[in-house]
Amino acid sequence: MSVEAAVSVIYIDNRPYEIPPGFARAEPGYAEAKPGERNLLEVCLSLGFDLPYFCWHPAMHSVGACRQCAVKQFKDAADTKGRIVMACMTPAEDGARISINDPEAVEFRGRVVEWLMVNHPHDCPVCDEGGECHLQDMTVMAGHVYRRYRFTKQTWRNQDLGPFVNHEMNRCIECYRCVRFYRDLAGGRDFAALGWHDDVYFGRHADGPLQSPFAGNLVEICPTGVFTDKTFKAHPVRKWDLQTAPSVCVHCGLGCSTIPGERYGMLRRIRNRYNGEVNGYFLCDRGRYGYEFVNSPRRIRRTLWRAADGRLEEVPKEDALHRIASFLAEPGRAVGIGSPRASLEANFALRTLVGPERFALGLSDSESRLVAACAEILRTGPAQSASLADAARADAVLVLGEDVTNAAPMLALALRQSVLQKGIGEAAHLGVPRWHDAAFREVMQKDTGPLFIATPDSCALDDVATQVLRASPDDIARLGFAVARAIDASAPAPPDLSDETIAMAGRIADSLRAAARPLVVAGPSCGSEVIIRAAANIAWALCRTGRDADICFTAPEANSMGLALLGGESLADAAEAIESGAADTLLILENDLYRRAPAAQVEAILAAAKHVIEIDHTPTPTTERAEAVLPAAALAEADGTFVNNEGRAQRFLRVFVPEGDVTDSWRWLRDIAVAAGRLKAGAWSTLDAVVRALAAADPVFGPVLSVSPPADFRMVGEKIPRQPHRYSGRTAMHAAINVHEPKPPDDPDSPMAFSMEGYDGPPPAPLIREYWSPGWNSVQALNKFQAEVGGPLVGGDPGRRLIHPPSQAAPPYFADVPAPFQPREGRWLVLAAHHVFGSEELSAQARGVASLAPKPYVALGPKDAARLGVKDGDAVALALDGQALRLPVRVRPLLAAGIAAVPAGVGSLVGLDLPAWAAITPAGDAGGGGAASGAEAP
Amino acid sequence: MTEPLREKPLTRNIRPGAEPLDLRAYEASGGYQGLRRALKMTPEEIQQEVMKSNLRGRGGAGFPTGKKWTFVPMGEGARRPKYLVVNADEMEPGTMKDRFLMEGDPHQVVEGAIIAAYAVQADVAYIFLRWAYKLSTRRLARAIAEAREAGYLGKNVLGSGWALEMHLHTSAGRYMCGDETGLLDALQGRRATPRSKPPYPQVVGLWGKPTVVNNVETVACVPHIAARGAEWFRSLSHTGDGGTKIFGASGRLRRPGLWELPMGTTLREIIEEHAGGMADGLRLRGLLPGGASTEFLTAEHLDTRMDFSEVQKVGSRMGTGTVVVLDDRNCPVGMLLTLERFFARESCGWCTPCREGLPWVVRTLEALESGCGEPRDLEVLDMHARLLGPGATFCALAPGAAEPLVGALRHFRADFERHVAEKRCPWRQPCP
Repeated sequence: MSVEAAVSVIYIDNRPYEIPPGFARAEPGYAEAKPGERNLLEVCLSLGFDLPYFCWHPAMHSVGACRQCAVKQFKDAADTKGRIVMACMTPAEDGARISINDPEAVEFRGRVVEWLMVNHPHDCPVCDEGGECHLQDMTVMAGHVYRRYRFTKQTWRNQDLGPFVNHEMNRCIECYRCVRFYRDLAGGRDFAALGWHDDVYFGRHADGPLQSPFAGNLVEICPTGVFTDKTFKAHPVRKWDLQTAPSVCVHCGLGCSTIPGERYGMLRRIRNRYNGEVNGYFLCDRGRYGYEFVNSPRRIRRTLWRAADGRLEEVPKEDALHRIASFLAEPGRAVGIGSPRASLEANFALRTLVGPERFALGLSDSESRLVAACAEILRTGPAQSASLADAARADAVLVLGEDVTNAAPMLALALRQSVLQKGIGEAAHLGVPRWHDAAFREVMQKDTGPLFIATPDSCALDDVATQVLRASPDDIARLGFAVARAIDASAPAPPDLSDETIAMAGRIADSLRAAARPLVVAGPSCGSEVIIRAAANIAWALCRTGRDADICFTAPEANSMGLALLGGESLADAAEAIESGAADTLLILENDLYRRAPAAQVEAILAAAKHVIEIDHTPTPTTERAEAVLPAAALAEADGTFVNNEGRAQRFLRVFVPEGDVTDSWRWLRDIAVAAGRLKAGAWSTLDAVVRALAAADPVFGPVLSVSPPADFRMVGEKIPRQPHRYSGRTAMHAAINVHEPKPPDDPDSPMAFSMEGYDGPPPAPLIREYWSPGWNSVQALNKFQAEVGGPLVGGDPGRRLIHPPSQAAPPYFADVPAPFQPREGRWLVLAAHHVFGSEELSAQARGVASLAPKPYVALGPKDAARLGVKDGDAVALALDGQALRLPVRVRPLLAAGIAAVPAGVGSLVGLDLPAWAAITPAGDAGGGGAASGAEAP
Repeated sequence: MTEPLREKPLTRNIRPGAEPLDLRAYEASGGYQGLRRALKMTPEEIQQEVMKSNLRGRGGAGFPTGKKWTFVPMGEGARRPKYLVVNADEMEPGTMKDRFLMEGDPHQVVEGAIIAAYAVQADVAYIFLRWAYKLSTRRLARAIAEAREAGYLGKNVLGSGWALEMHLHTSAGRYMCGDETGLLDALQGRRATPRSKPPYPQVVGLWGKPTVVNNVETVACVPHIAARGAEWFRSLSHTGDGGTKIFGASGRLRRPGLWELPMGTTLREIIEEHAGGMADGLRLRGLLPGGASTEFLTAEHLDTRMDFSEVQKVGSRMGTGTVVVLDDRNCPVGMLLTLERFFARESCGWCTPCREGLPWVVRTLEALESGCGEPRDLEVLDMHARLLGPGATFCALAPGAAEPLVGALRHFRADFERHVAEKRCPWRQPCP
C-alpha cells in the first residue's frame, strides 16, 4: 500500500472533518470513490452526525424526494448567506462547507416533518411500528412538537397483501422507499405508487399476496407503520419487550444473519441482522417468515420413549440416557446419521460418539455426492468462493442450472444488483455518481448485465438476463463445458455442439473474459454433477487465463457445506451397516430420513435397526418410527455454528431458554457419551469446549474458534444483555406463577446474559442483537454500528471463511462431458423444481409459508403436454421409484422438451431420488383434484 | 402614439378562424427556406447563430436556447440516439400562445423543430402535445405528414445525408408534464415525476440519451433566425432579449387576446393599448405578468418592459408573457385560492413541501374565504411563501405556486386580514 491516500476535508459548522478516501464498503462505485462521489448525507452520518432523512436508504441511495436532510451549503469561507441544499443530493466535494445547525436549515427540517405529519394519524400508542418508528425518531430529531394543521386528514383504504405484510396506508408519509425497494431493487412488478398530489397510494392494483419473495423487507424499509409484520401482529408484544440474540437463518444454505425476538417463551418474529458480506440489509420472506415452526404446538418438548402399545410416552431424562447408553456399550454397534440442519457442533458430537466410520452425513446419496463435489472444488482453488456481497459486485455472471430465486433467494437479490455494475463506468463518465440513484438508473435504462442463465425452466431473474437457455441438465453442462473451452483452448471440448450453443458459449466466454470480477453460479438443484464440474471448468479456465474468477455454489440447507467439510459416510453406507447386522442402533440427529431417500429404503433401514434414537424438535415420519425421541432445541433455542454455501462459519446464539427437556442436540449427544462412558463426566460442558475439540480434530475448523467471542468474553467486565434497557415486566411477568423474581437462566455458552443488565454499548459485531442508539429506535440505528454507512460493521462483518483455496492452484479440468440430451418416447427426465415457499422442510410448517406453497404437480413443456394430449390441470400418472403418482399437470411455456419437473420437498413428493426417468401417461378421468394425495398403488 | 408597422414573423401566416397554410402555401410564404439555409451550415454554426440571436426559451424560464443546445454532446463519441422534444404540453393557467401557433401555422413549428434537431444532430424528434389540443393534433399531424412526404423528414433530409424521424405524441397531459424532465418521464411511459438536475437532459434525457426540450414558441422562432440571421432577429426586440414575443392578456379587460409584439414591450402598452384597458368601471389592482406561476405586480409596475431580465428586476418573472389581470371587484384571496387549487391538484406528489404544503395552503385559503379564518392562518401562509422556494422543493412547481402567494401576501395583505377580522369574504354579498 504505497499509494498515498488523499484525505479530503469538509467543513461542518466551521469545523474541519477529514474523510478518508474511499468507503470501506466495497460496493462498486464506492470502492474507489473520490470526494464528490459520495454525498453529504452519507458523509455526515458516517461522521456520526444526526441528520434526519426518510427517502434515502444506504442500499437504495438518493432520490431527493422527502427534503428532510436539508443543510446549508456555503460557497466558501466568505459566504455567510449560503443556500439550503439536500444533503443526500449534494456531492461531498473536497473543501465543501456546510452547516447542519444553521437556523434556516433547522427550521426547514422542522417544517418538513410538520408537512409529513399533516396526514399522519397520531396513533403511535396503538401502532404496530411503535418502539421502532423512524418517523417518530425523525420527528423528535427535527424538533416538530406542535401540530398547526387544523383541517381534515387524507385517508385511504388498506389492502390485504397476503400472509406476511400488513398494510395501513393512512400512516404513509409518501417517502417512496417501498416502491423503490420493491420495483427497482427487488424487481417486483405487482406493487406501485398510484395516484398523485397528496393522494399517492402505495399498493397493488388489487388486493392479493405480494408476489415478490422479498416483499417482507417492506416492514423494515418502511420508515413508519404502513408495512408491518403480519405474523408478528398475530402474537404481538411491544418491541422493547423482546429478548433477542444474533442468529443465522436455517431455511437455506446462504446463512443470512437474523435477529429472532422472543417474549413469554414464544418466538415472535425475525428481523434482519446486517452482515455486509452476506445478506446486507435484507432477508427473503422464507427466512423472515418461516420461523413459526418453532412455536408449533406439535413441538417435541419432553424425553419420549415408545411404550409397548406403540405410543411415545414421557420418561425421565436420566432413564432415557441410561438406556441409550446401554445400546452403545459395544463400540461400532451404533450408526449416527447427521443433519444439514443441525449445527456443526451437534454433527461433530454425533461423529465423536459413534466414530467417523459409523457417521453418515444424513443427506440423500445424490446430494452428498453433489455437495461434496462443490466443497472439493472450492477447496481446490484457484477460483475463490463468492460471498453474497461478492455476487452483487460481480460484473459478469453465468448461472448454470440454478433457479436461484427459489433455491437461494437472497443470491437472486444479489445477482439483480450485479447487473447494474455495467452502468457504473458510463454513469461516472457522464458525471452521475452511483448514489444518484434515479439518474443512475436513467443512464442504465434496461442495458444491464451481462447475466447469462441456463436452466431447465424459466426463472424469476430472466427479466434482467442478457441471454437465457432452457435445456436439460446435461445440455446445460455441455454449454458450460463449451464456455470453458471458449475461454481456454486446453479445456475439454464437448463434441456435437449446435451452432446456437457455440454462439452462446462464445458470447458468454467473451463477457466473462472481459469482466474484472466474473462469477459462475451453480449448485445441486438440478441433481447434476456434470453441471457443477462444468462450472468449475469455467472458473478455472478464467483463472488460468489470468482472471480473478469467483464461483458460487448454492447449498440446500443451513449446514450442508459444514457437513461436506466435516465429511462422513453416505446414507447407503449407513443402511449397509445396519442391514448387514454390523451395527444395530441408529442415532439420528435432527433429520427426517423420509426426505432423504425413497420411502421403501427408509422403511428397510428403520426395520433393520434394533434401536432407533432420534433427536429432533418437531415430529416427523422418522420420529414416528423411533424408539426414543429426545427434544432438540430449534432455531433461536440453540447455540452453534453453521457453515454457509460460501464456506463461512457463522455463530448463532440462543435467544431464549425453551421449556421442558429441550436442549441443544450436542448436549444430548454429550450426555449420551458421558452416560456410555465415552466422555468423562464434566467434559464438553460448554459450547467453547466442543468447538475446541472440533478445531483440534480437524484444522479446517480452526477459524470456528474465533467466529464469535468465547463465553468468558466481557465488555468492561460485563456480559452482553439479551434484553433491551427498556425491557418491561422483568419482576412481574411471571408473578402469576410466583411472585419471587426468578433467577435468570445461566448461559455457559456465550458472553450474553438472559437479562437487561450488562454492558449497554455496542458489542462486537458477532454479538449484535439489536440496533439502537440514543435517538435512533428503528433499524436505521444500524448506521451507528457501521464503520461508514453502508459499509462493514465496526470490527468487521461476522463470520469466518473456512475455505482458503490456493490462488496458484491449477487443477486438471474435468473431462467427463456428457452426451447431448436425448428425449425419450413416453418417458421424461423428472427434475425437482424448487419453490421458495414449500420446498424447505421447516419453513413449510409456518402457516403463511404453507399458504403460498404449491400443491404437488408435474410440470411439462407445451409440446410434451400436447403430445400426451393433456392441458393445464389435467391429471397424469407418473411412475417413479416403483410408485405411481397421480398429479395435475402444470404446463410451463418454456420448460425444456423431454423434461418434467415436480415441486421439491412438497407434500407426498419428498424423498424422491431425482433426477430420474419416468413414464408419464394421461390419468384418464379429468381433474387433478385428488392428486395432492400423492402416491397411489397402480 | 402609433407604433411603426413592425415585423411579425411568428404570426405572419396566421389567420384566426381559417385553416392554416398547407405545405405548398407555407413554402410559397418563404417556409422551409430557414431549413434549407440551416442545412448548408454546420450544426455548430446554427447553434452559434441562435446563441447570437439572444433567443431565450419561451416556456417561461428564459434560458438561452443556443446555449442549451451547446450542452448536447456532439460528434462521433456522442451517445445515440439523440432526441429533440418540443414541449407542447401548454397548461399554464392564462396561457394559450403555443396553441395559437400550432393551430395557426403548424409547419412553422415543424420546421423549427427540424432545424433545432439538426443543430444538435438529433435522430428523433417528438412533439409532446397536450391531449386537449385536439385541433393542434390534427393540424400538426398533417403538417408532419406533408413534411415527410416532401423530404423534410426521413432518412435523408433534403439530400443532406442527415436523418430525422418526427413523432407527434399526444399525452394525457398534466401540468407536471410541462416540466421538461416530467415530460420525459411521461414520454417514457412512466409517472410524470421530475428528475433531479444535474444530470441535465442534454446529457441524460429521454431513455437516458442526450435530449433537448424546447417550447413550441421557441422552435417557432428558429426558422426565422436561420433564414434571416441573428442580427435581424435581435433587431425585432426593444431590449437585449431577441425577437418578438406572443404576449397575451386575460381578465376583465376590454379586448383580452394575444398579440405578437417586440420583446420588451411595456406592460402598459399591452394592457392599455392592445387589450384596450380595464373593462368599464373597473380598476387594475394587480396582475400576473406571465401566467399563474409568476408574482403579482401592481399598477405601479405598468411601465416595466416585458422581457426576461426587466420583469425580474421588479421582483417577478415574465414567464410565458401572458398577463392575467386582477380588478378591484374581485377578491384577491379568491383568485389566489383558484390558482393554488390548480397547483395543489397538479403536484405530482413526489416531494414533501409541494405535496403536503400546497393542500395546506388551499385549505387555509378556503377557510379564509368561507369565513373560518384565524389570525395564525396568515403565519401558515407566510411560512409556505417563505419555504416553498427554489432548492427547497424538488422541481419548479411549488416555487411557481409560491410566487402568486408571495405577491398576494405582499400587495394584498390587508385583504387577507379583513377576511379574518370580518369572518367572511368582503367581496361576497352577505346572504339576505
